Amino acid sequence: MTGDGLSREPMLEMYLFEGSQLVEQLEEIIIECEKNKKIELESVNEIFRIMHTIKGSSAMMMFTNIALLAHSLEDLFYFIRENKITHIDYAGLSDLVLSGIDFVKGEITKIENDKVADGAPENLISAIDHFLEEMKASHTDNYTEQSASKEEEKTMYYISNYQKASSESGRKYNVRVFFEEDCQMQSVRAYMVIHNLKDIASEIFHFPENITDSAESDEIIKDTGFLVNFCTEVSDSEVDSILKQAAFIRKLEVEQVDEYPDIGNKSTPKRKEIILDEVSEVVRSPQIEAIKEEVESQSGINNRQQSMISVTVTKLDMLMDIVGEIVISEAMVTRNPELEGLQLDGFQKAARQLRKLTDELQDIVMSIRMMPISMVFHKMNRIVRDMSKKLDKEVELEIIGETTEVDKNVIDQLSDPIMHLIRNAMDHGLESKEGRIEAGKPVKGKIVLEAQSYGGDVLITIRDDGKGMSRESILKKARETGLVKKPENELSDKDVFSFILLPGFSTKDKITEFSGRGVGMDVVKKNLEKIGGNITIESTFGVGTEILVKIPLTLAIIDGIEINVGKSRYTIPTTSIRESFRMDANDIIADSDGNEMIMIRGQCYSVIRLHKLFNITTQVTSISEGIMVMVETDTKAACLFVDKLVGEQQVVVKALPKYIKKVEGIAGCTILGDGGISLILDANGILGRE
Amino acid sequence: MLDVLSELTESTEDTQQGKFLTFSIGKEYYGLEIKYVTEIIGLQEITEIPQMPLYIKGIINLRGKIIPVVDVRLRFKKEPRDYNERTCIIVIEIQDISIGLIVDHVAEVIVIAAENIVPPPDSKIGFHNRYVKGIGKIENEVKLLLDCDRLLNEDEIDEIAEAVG
Repeated sequence: MTGDGLSREPMLEMYLFEGSQLVEQLEEIIIECEKNKKIELESVNEIFRIMHTIKGSSAMMMFTNIALLAHSLEDLFYFIRENKITHIDYAGLSDLVLSGIDFVKGEITKIENDKVADGAPENLISAIDHFLEEMKASHTDNYTEQSASKEEEKTMYYISNYQKASSESGRKYNVRVFFEEDCQMQSVRAYMVIHNLKDIASEIFHFPENITDSAESDEIIKDTGFLVNFCTEVSDSEVDSILKQAAFIRKLEVEQVDEYPDIGNKSTPKRKEIILDEVSEVVRSPQIEAIKEEVESQSGINNRQQSMISVTVTKLDMLMDIVGEIVISEAMVTRNPELEGLQLDGFQKAARQLRKLTDELQDIVMSIRMMPISMVFHKMNRIVRDMSKKLDKEVELEIIGETTEVDKNVIDQLSDPIMHLIRNAMDHGLESKEGRIEAGKPVKGKIVLEAQSYGGDVLITIRDDGKGMSRESILKKARETGLVKKPENELSDKDVFSFILLPGFSTKDKITEFSGRGVGMDVVKKNLEKIGGNITIESTFGVGTEILVKIPLTLAIIDGIEINVGKSRYTIPTTSIRESFRMDANDIIADSDGNEMIMIRGQCYSVIRLHKLFNITTQVTSISEGIMVMVETDTKAACLFVDKLVGEQQVVVKALPKYIKKVEGIAGCTILGDGGISLILDANGILGRE
Repeated sequence: MLDVLSELTESTEDTQQGKFLTFSIGKEYYGLEIKYVTEIIGLQEITEIPQMPLYIKGIINLRGKIIPVVDVRLRFKKEPRDYNERTCIIVIEIQDISIGLIVDHVAEVIVIAAENIVPPPDSKIGFHNRYVKGIGKIENEVKLLLDCDRLLNEDEIDEIAEAVG
């Protein structure tokens, strides 16, 4: 078993998964902040939390360099958070954080490939420190009075640093924490809550008091929740997030109070001498209500997160394979030829039930594999940002339809081609600032990345409002490289633009005026074809370019029509069939080379006899005996002549064995209900051979 | 589970050492190292694939797994012969690639001691020499021991040879 997901240590696996997720989340936040030129307190908290988690888990896994870097970033955001700094050099900040992200990503990749994570974060850390110093300096200038004490807090970050503050100055909270019912060691969880609060609270009382080693407390906490009273200066939302740091919290009840209520009869405040015996009037400002609601909804989210598990794709693939086999065996049983002609009411009923269940099972497994395309799309934000800086172009990336779901396998293959297309659009599609002003366009260029479902396919559009492609320039280049094989006036614009997808069309010498130097466009096309997709280009000179990518939703299961030719059975994907019909021999027109064609509704289509194409012996050779199936691709259509149609069914696509080299016109194969094999035809391949 | 299996194969490797499955094509007897052989099945329905060299007969469905089958007779450029009830498919697996070999009939499993195996003659006169990595002697008989790796991977060379010839 070569699947790396199965052999790796579960802890490490989890770390890698979580790490890359957090980093991606962070990237999104920081790019958003930079775009809006402001950083919300929420985002700061979020970043702080992410850094804290990365630091903790990296230190645990002994990846000290990552931990060090995360620590210094954490410091930076701690400062921002504590001082509520709003005037920040956002570009500088995001540069720093992004390079930090890149560093962590790089290390994670190293670890994934079983290499030693040995990157040196020192330069980055010193850059971050420098940035922090600068920020502190400017901050001190502006708010000399405040900052002195804040500075002090900063240095004392890991100690409970509010001890000295008078309890009168802070707000008092009365919090009741409920843990997950099935969570073990409630008292330890409670201890964690207290531990988290220590840093921010000046005084803490809790009930039950003995939470270090007591089964009795466990019971109390389980029944009535864990009561905490504390006093702090930090903001509501912060309290909120700190409380939520503890694991397994089911519900939080937060109240801001003037005086602590009497918590439990036995409770005696540790540091305060006055014994509170009167429950004070609870102050419930609308704000607090809102927070409470938020807490509850948030803890709802927590619950949902906890009910999610991550599974390696290898396991999913195995599951998929097995479900595929079950679907086939189900057909083998229920449509067994030995049952023909028998009166089996009970059996038929049971068989129907089985079929229904296997269908459902199949749907569920397929849906597990579906993931929103936003995974790919959001990566593009970063690319656009980096490139717009490098190229000094102002660009806005609009993302539409990011929730469109696509099979995981397809997503994995999609990232590179789309990245390439976006890069091309940025580099060659959009004009420079000056160019845009001259052309009377807004200085800020726009790239739209859109996904939408379209039958069994997903359409991805990458549209820019740049200068578009010039037919003449492409033709000129194509002539030079000897790609033009037809008279030029016969070539449609589409034909001309598709030249840039050809391997020979690489013009690395200089950037020409049309989008894409051809660098890698052939690779993009090839990669997309590998997942059954295709690409078309539309462009208007001076107005912009639109690149359309069509990919199938899933690679695993398709609807197909089964046909027979001689003894062989083939499956044609339903999506590529336009119609089927019978023909008379008289309708066939043949040219001098013996190429046959037919006229349908004023259009002429060539006839491809499948038995001739694939060299199959069959009795059915006269046109009137067989049947015509019109297949189409985006650009072409033709009629396939086959012996007969057998029926429509869903089939599980299997790849041909590696030993068999790629056959033009065959996309794969599938196992039929009777155990036989049917080859799946690939309309693109067949029409491409013409 | 597969890990366990592969461990098992490793530990049983010793007992497989020197064992060969012999089969015949025409009058000649060939031997395959037993560690490559996964199973022997009777002839079953083969699905043809267009545009394949003649010796690749097509693919079969072996309990849900699709494997290609090669006619060894044609692979060694011998006259084709109709299949009969003795025709067998030997399924071998090398580097995770499974492939079925159609042979005239399967004989037996024999042990050939290493000292009884001699390398084939240097001069490559015979048409199938490329695939024979040794010649085993057992009593008065001679078995041609096949090189499975080459059998699977030498297509390119074959194609070039065909193109030149």
